[in-house]
This record gives sequence, C-alpha cells and structure tokens, in this order.
Amino acid sequence: MLDDKDRIFTNIYGWDWPTLKAAKERGVWAGTKEVMAKGQDWIIEEVKNSGLRGRGGAGFPTGMKWSFMPKESKDGRPNYLVINADESEPGTCKDRDIIRHEPHRLIEGALLASYAMRAHACYIYIRGEFMREAEALQTAIDEAYEAGLVGKNACGSGWDFDIYVHRGAGAYICGEETALLNSLEGKKGMPRNKPPFPAGAGLYACPTTVNNVETIAVVPEIVKRGGSWFASFGREKNSGTKLFCISGHVNTPCNVEEAMSVPLKEIIEKHGGGVRGGWDNLLAVIPGGSSTRLLPKSVCDTVLMDFDALREQNSGLGTAAIIVMDKSTDIVYAIARLARFYWHESCGQCTPCREGTGWMYRIMQRMVRGEARLDEIDMLLDIGREIEGHTICAHGDASAWPIQGLINHFRPEMERRIKEYRSKLVA
Amino acid sequence: MPKLTIDDIEVTVEPGTSIIQAAEQVGIEIPRFCYHDKLSVPANCRMCLVEVEKSPKPMASCALPCGDGMKVYTQSEKAKQARKNVMEMLLVNHPLDCPICDQGGECDLQDQAVAYGYDRSRYEEEKRAVTNKDLGPLVKTVMTRCIQCTRCVRFGEEIAGVSELGVLNRGEHLEIGTYVEQMVTSELSGNLIDVCPVGALTSKPYAFAARPWELRKTPGIDVLDAVGSNIRIDARGGEVMRILPRLHEDVNEEWISDKTRFAVDGLKNNRLDKCYVRKNGKLQPASWEEAFGAIAAEAKKRTFGAIVGDLADCESIIALKDLMKELGATNLECRQDMAQIDVKHPAGYLFNTTIAGIERADAILLVGTNPRTEAALVNARIRKTWLAKHIKVGVIGQKIDLNYPYKYLGAGPDTLAELSEGKGDFADVLAKAKNPMIILGAGALRRPDGYAITALARKVAEKFNMARDGWNGYNMLHTQASRVGALMLGFVEGDEASWQKVDALYLLGADEMPVENIKPDCFVVYQGHHGEKVAARADVILPGAAYTEKSATYVNTEGRVQNGLQAVFPPGEAREDWQIIVNLAVALGHKLPYATLPQVRARLAEENAAFAKVDEIQPVKWSAFGKAGKCDAKPFGTTVANFYMTDPISRASKTMQACTEAFLNAKPADDEKAVANG
Repeated sequence: MLDDKDRIFTNIYGWDWPTLKAAKERGVWAGTKEVMAKGQDWIIEEVKNSGLRGRGGAGFPTGMKWSFMPKESKDGRPNYLVINADESEPGTCKDRDIIRHEPHRLIEGALLASYAMRAHACYIYIRGEFMREAEALQTAIDEAYEAGLVGKNACGSGWDFDIYVHRGAGAYICGEETALLNSLEGKKGMPRNKPPFPAGAGLYACPTTVNNVETIAVVPEIVKRGGSWFASFGREKNSGTKLFCISGHVNTPCNVEEAMSVPLKEIIEKHGGGVRGGWDNLLAVIPGGSSTRLLPKSVCDTVLMDFDALREQNSGLGTAAIIVMDKSTDIVYAIARLARFYWHESCGQCTPCREGTGWMYRIMQRMVRGEARLDEIDMLLDIGREIEGHTICAHGDASAWPIQGLINHFRPEMERRIKEYRSKLVA
Repeated sequence: MPKLTIDDIEVTVEPGTSIIQAAEQVGIEIPRFCYHDKLSVPANCRMCLVEVEKSPKPMASCALPCGDGMKVYTQSEKAKQARKNVMEMLLVNHPLDCPICDQGGECDLQDQAVAYGYDRSRYEEEKRAVTNKDLGPLVKTVMTRCIQCTRCVRFGEEIAGVSELGVLNRGEHLEIGTYVEQMVTSELSGNLIDVCPVGALTSKPYAFAARPWELRKTPGIDVLDAVGSNIRIDARGGEVMRILPRLHEDVNEEWISDKTRFAVDGLKNNRLDKCYVRKNGKLQPASWEEAFGAIAAEAKKRTFGAIVGDLADCESIIALKDLMKELGATNLECRQDMAQIDVKHPAGYLFNTTIAGIERADAILLVGTNPRTEAALVNARIRKTWLAKHIKVGVIGQKIDLNYPYKYLGAGPDTLAELSEGKGDFADVLAKAKNPMIILGAGALRRPDGYAITALARKVAEKFNMARDGWNGYNMLHTQASRVGALMLGFVEGDEASWQKVDALYLLGADEMPVENIKPDCFVVYQGHHGEKVAARADVILPGAAYTEKSATYVNTEGRVQNGLQAVFPPGEAREDWQIIVNLAVALGHKLPYATLPQVRARLAEENAAFAKVDEIQPVKWSAFGKAGKCDAKPFGTTVANFYMTDPISRASKTMQACTEAFLNAKPADDEKAVANG
C-alpha cells in the first residue's frame, strides 16, 4: 500500500480547503520558480525519466509527447497547452475530484507544462456538466492570478502565462483530443483526421498538446521530487502513482491514489472495502472505464492494475475506473446499457460508428431478453470487427470492446438466454 | 517528390498528394463517397480505406498524404474486407428504394454496392427515417437516402458561399438540414444534385422524368451567359431532358449555374416552329418558299441593316455578315443593348486574365458589374481565390450581395476617375498587388459616356501596371454568349444607333433590342427560336434552332472558341440558323461560298484566325482603346435584374419562373429595385 508521504493528491477527499492558502500549506506552489529556473528541457527530461504515461486512457508516454512540440516557432505560430477536463467515461471521477479539491496542483502543473512546451497560453476544456467544478476551478485561477503565480511574469520566473477555462456542452466525444480542439474552436465536436497531429497543427492550426487533468496535476510533484522518485512505483514502463476510481458493487466506493501495478484484488479489498457479499460473490470487473473489455472473476484474482498487465488480458487500464459487478448483476443488460451509451454518444461522422453502434445496441437489446438467434452472437462480434479500426477516432473501437468482452467471457450466459426464450416460444 | 508504390505500381507524385489522387494518376480507382476533387477532405465515409504497409489499421486514402517509400495495397484482402464492411454499414440505414429513386442508374452508392458490397443484408432491425427538407424549387430532397457524406454542406460553404446547409444532431440521428427551414439561395445550388453521391438531393424539375440509360448524351456549350460553360445535353428522343456540367478546368470546372441547368424546359415553350409572313397586318403561317419570297420582294426595294442577338452562334453570324455584304448593307450591329464597346480593340473587350487566371490575382476591382448574377462561375472563381488567399476586392457601382467580403468604393465613374489618379485606399491595395485585376461590366457601358468610361478603366489598368508581359489584368465581363464572337467577326458597322434609320432590318435572335426604336415603316425579318415581342413586330419570321439543336461555335467572354454538338433536331419546320441564311441567299439571288459545316468554319477562321484554334486563348496586344472624355456622374446600373430570366429561353422556362417567384419576389433583393440600364 502506498505510504502517505508518497501521495501526490493529499487532499483528494476534500478534508482540507481547496484554497490557495491551504494548498500552499500542503506544498503546492512551493519552489515553482526554482524548478522553472532549471530550464524547459530539464523539465521535459525529468518527466521522461519519471516514465509518466498519459492518464486519460491511451497511456502515451507524456515526456515523449511533450518533446514533439516545436522548440521555437519558425512561422510565428504559438504553442498551446490544452488540458482535457472533459471527463465523461462512465465510472471515472478522478479529474472531478482533482478540480474540486486540488485545483492548484492542476494550475501549477499547467504552468510547468506550458513553460516546458514553450506555450504562453493554456486552455482547460471542462465538461459541461461540471458546473460547480468549473466555478471552483475559475476561483482557483483567479486566486493564482491575484497572487502573481500565473499571468505576466508567472511566479516571478519571467515567463508570461495565461490560463483559460472553457466549458463544454456535455458531449462524450469532446473528450477525444481533436474533437475537443474543434469544440474549443467553436466548431462541431467531431474528431479530426490524423495526420496532421495536434503537435503539428492543433488548436487554431497551431502546435498543441492535449493532456489529461491528472497527467498535468502530477507534474509539479514529479519535477520537484525527481523523476526517479515517481519511477520507483510500479513495474517498469508502468511507473508512478495513479488515481483509481472504484465503483459498483463494493462496500466503500472511492477514489484512491495507489502505486501502479497494484493487484486488482488488493485494491478492491483494501480501498473498496471488498466486494459486496465477499470476493466469491464477484462476477466481473471492468478495469478501466466503460470502454475496456470486462474481466471475469478468474482473471481478477491475480491481475495487476497497469497498462501492460491488462493489455495481456485483452483489456486495458484506460482511466483506471474499476467497475465492480457482483453476481446479482444482469451482465448482458449491463453491457447493453453501455452499447446504448456508445450509440448515443457517437458523433456520427464516420459511417461504421454512426450506423454500427445503433445496430449493435439493437441486437444487444434483444440479447438481454434472449430474443435472438445463436448465430447472431457471432454476427455481433463481426459487426464489432467491422467498426473497429475503421473510424477516425477510437470511439468506434470503444463501442465494440465491451461487447467483445461480454461475448468472450459470458457467451454461455447469452446462449442460455436465447435457448430459454426459444423454449418458451415452443411451449 | 515522394515515390511510392500502389498495388506494386511505382509512382512519383507532387508533395502533398493524397493516396487517392496518386492512385488515380496510375489508373487505379478507389471507391469514395465523401471525397470530392474540388472540396475539402473530411474522410468520414471510410469507403476509400486501403492497406498501407506497416500500418496496423487500414487508412483512409483520401486524407493520407503520400510518403516516400510507402507501399499501398488497394486490392488486398484487408482493404477489400474493410470496404465491404463500410459498404454494409452504409446500407444499414439506407432505404434501398432504388426502383423509385431518381438517382438509380447513376448512383455511386448503387454502383459501389454492386462492386464492393455483400450481396445481401444482415440488418434486421428498424431503419432510420428522416424528414425531407424544402430547399426551394430546384433541389428535391429525400433525406432518408442520405449517407451523411457532407459533400453538400462543404459545397455550400466552400464553393457557393452560402452556409444554409449544415449537419444537425449527432450519431445515428445526424442529418443534413437548414435548421430553420429555408431555401438554399445560391445561383449554383443545382450543383448540389451533382455532388450528392446518392438520391438524397435530386433535381426537382427532372423528378421521375427519365432514367439515365434512356438518355443520349451530347457535349454542348451553354449560351445563357458569356462564360461558355461546358455542358452535357441529355436527350430522350427529340426532347432535351436535362443539362449537366462537363468538366473544363479553365472555364466552369465542374459546376454550372442554376440558369444553365434548369432553364432547359424553356426550350419546349413559346417556340417558333414554322415560318410566318405578315399579311394584312397579321402574322400568318407560311411555307419557307413564301417567307423567302416575301423577303426577296422587299430586298429589291430596301437597304438592309442587321442586328445579331445574344444567343446567336458564330456560323450564323458570319453567314449573315456575308449575306449582308452581298446585299450591300452598311449597318451591322451586335451590341443590341447599345453598349459602347470598341470593336477594333480586342484587348478592350476580352476577359484577358482568363477565368482560370483569376486564381493568380491578388486584388480585384469590380466596376459596374455584379459577377454573381452576370457570370456566376466567374464569381465562383473569384470566391475560390478569395478563400485560398483572402484577396482584396473593391467594388465601384451598386452595392451588391457577393459571397465574399469587398470594399465598397463608390457608385459611379467619379470614383473610377479618382482611382485612375491613384487616390483612395484601394489605390494602395492595387499598387501593392502583384497581379491586380480590373473587371469592367459590359453592362456599365450602356450609356453615352461608355467609351470615356472604358478609357478611364484603361487608365486605371495602365496606372497599376496591370497589362505587362505575363499578366493582363484588364477584363471586360460580358453577359451575352454571342457578343465576343460577333465582335471578333467584326459584326459592327455604323454607330450604336444608326440601325434605327434603316428601312429594312434583319434580326438574328435579337430579342433584347429596344423594339420601339424601330422605324414604323421598317421591314423586319426575325430569325430565331422563341416568339417574343421582337418577333411579334416582325414582318417575316424564320424559325431557327436553339443552342441544343445545332452544332455550333461560340466564343466566351475570354475569347475562347468552343464547339458544341447538336443534341436534338429543331422543332417543326425550324432549321439550323446558318443553313437558313445560306438558303435565303440563294432565294435572293446570291450564293454564299459554303454549303457544309466545315466550310463555314473555314470561313470563320478566314475572317479571324482565332477561330482556327478551338479552346485556346490567344493573348491579344494591348492597345489604346476607349475615348478619353467627360463622364456623366450618374452611378452604374444593374445589368442583370433577374438572374433567372435573361433571355428568351429562360423567360419561357417554368422552372425559372418558379425561381423568380421563390427567390426574388419573396424578398426584395437589391438588384430588383434597380432597373436594367441604370
């Protein structure tokens, strides 16, 4: 279990005030100027050394992503940092608590990251439904401006830095980085084609890096305590500490900061208070937010919570939103509900996702009742494959994965329902 | 220059070329729906997926730039499977109502479903239905058929410059619409029908009229403005069913204006299909012999003058000129609107920059012209250039509704005079521009000080170095298809009004002339295809052929000589115009030295060598056109008051009537308030 001294988010439960004064007492904004004095490349190098991988779901090495940004502008285009606070993945609620209770860590991280990437402006795109959170964040930013921590000559470092909050309108797809940029520009939130990647042409066609809230919020501690400190947690290539969101059929659902590569069982037992009705009552776990494939109990017994271990199990760490389902769960219905979510949130741009998500959802609805044919289970898999990898963004993939996970692990249950329904028809 | 292989064929392409374009260069067709040569690339239909070596996922070939050493496979199992999958998805919510769909037979979705799709559907759930939208009298919508490729939205935003169409909602509920129900008010809206790859947007006037495989397709040239758009005339039996654009990158690209496309039903109404001779004050049907006899009887007593109308072809113009010379006529006129255009100086009456050349311009001055109504495709080219480089546009004349921003400089010749002295903000713009342009509307010269205005415009051109080696920025924009051809053939003798004095007039389709200026005792021969008020004044009517009914040569405003082919036969006893004149010459006791089309065309080339070079622009020498003089301060007027009705064909068209009602009469447009001729 992670020692308290190694926790980055010391106020994630909001037991202390989120204000600047309280944050400073917790060590936020301490020595920011000195860290900045070490230089921009030093910060990037330190983040690289820490092994930090993006916390938004894809897990791309953050230091490497930062190093793609041009070091100097050849044509007068500025660099931008955009922070993705459009946290909409079902089961995920970590960024929300960071913004609520630790906004200054995010703002300090934004300054350091922008400085490292030579950006003078940072936009925080916050989910539309996060009304109070947006207000809280704005209050914190105002405090930081007033204290001279951001704005002209931020922290006395000589670097001009402005930070803006932009509220979304509540579309899941706007959490996709290029859809987010479109939405930020005032266009329809539809993902863009890549290439060009945002580091080449992002916000207003200028070099842009889009990072998750958590990714940015851990940066100050990394550069202050050193990349090697952060890298000392977790397995190789999966290093660091991470906020896990435990929800579903556990006794004490919570957000908790843990070291990476912690066993799933341990985190559920220790922080989630155990599965309702005991570990043996566990049916399945979705380990990384709704889009990752579910894990049956047999896998949950031993699997480690990190990017690579979950990938080996044909799932993913995603946003580390652990959704626990005990044996009372109608697993087919649960996944059908997710299929409905992906159908509802498809932006409608690419054909396979626009048409395929609805198709899958409708079949899944019938599967819940068993009102289907046995061969339609294979057809579902096939439709998923038709969508997967054929779309501009990963929404298509994400819509197919939960259903694939269901079929891979719970096919007998689906077949049982179909046969039962058929037998009733005959009777 | 990236070098790559596509299906093991090596190809070297310009940097920035997409895979789909590179594949086209080596003759490999990749299916597509959303991709269109002339529009931006959204890569959303996913039909053009191909396999690229080292890429785990199939890539959209329309959005992927060619890279050096790439290996692309369009026919691999993976690529084929990806396309099959996308095709299945496209058909999930498509109604598959091909038997009752007007697009059937020329539908991209239909063709590609056969070529790349499964042979049956696995989709058993309910299908989506979408409410149809009312986009006005031209474009019919069946939105359930829409596959959301967004070509129409991009066409509106990028080419037509109207943003009425947009994408509403998201996911499966995504639909194309106007949000607030309204019409698409663009003079290019008909092209939406062409860009739509399925039957969602089809032609309203052509609805349920014919199937594409029943149509005979003939390449033609449009005459309803002076752009000389290349068109395809689709006919069934003796009836022209519709007009479609034909690709010509230097003229109309692949668009045509709504008038060009939809005025075609005017060819069926109000036609002259037999000869008429005035007997006892009334026009009576007559045979060709009677009609020729009536003319011969008068020709002995009178001296003829001749006026060429707006839709005349060059063959009949030269034949008429030759006949008039034989008859000793001294009054020849092709400027029936009495515009003061100097026939001796081609540099002064041509669109010297050329239409494609507009794209090289970086500042444009519009004088007394509204290109949007006078030449919609020239305007589209200006907009394209503005979109690409945000060029500066200045306007002298009426305040007009253009689909790009412009700086309004003034209303009349005074402003032009100031500019010619280098005064004003826009003078700086022109001075700084590398390739400045001036476009003078020919309609602005329909006033007594026309030559003086021309001289002023020339002064502006010379002041800002618009005419130099490699760039000629001086342009006159005509609105009549016959005008430049007739000027090049020298069909001008006497001054603009001298024909008012002659005692016999030969009118070759001169429907726009001021008929009240004809002397009461003047003997009038009218040759043309529509019976309007000028024909009603005639003493003899000879029925001619409309532009779809003859193989003919036209010269557009650039001086580009183009040939169109005959698609159908003229109605009734009507004949091709140049043949009528040749036969009339015989009846009058003269013989014109040609009897076949190649012989007439040889005669054209003899009169002006430019006619020997079809579809080529011959740069002309700069000369001192116009006459310096005092200009009236009167502001420039509007040339085209109603875009939808400018000539006998479009005036006879019910579709154009409906457009006038819907687009112009419904809302008071600026153009409407002003009367033609200022």
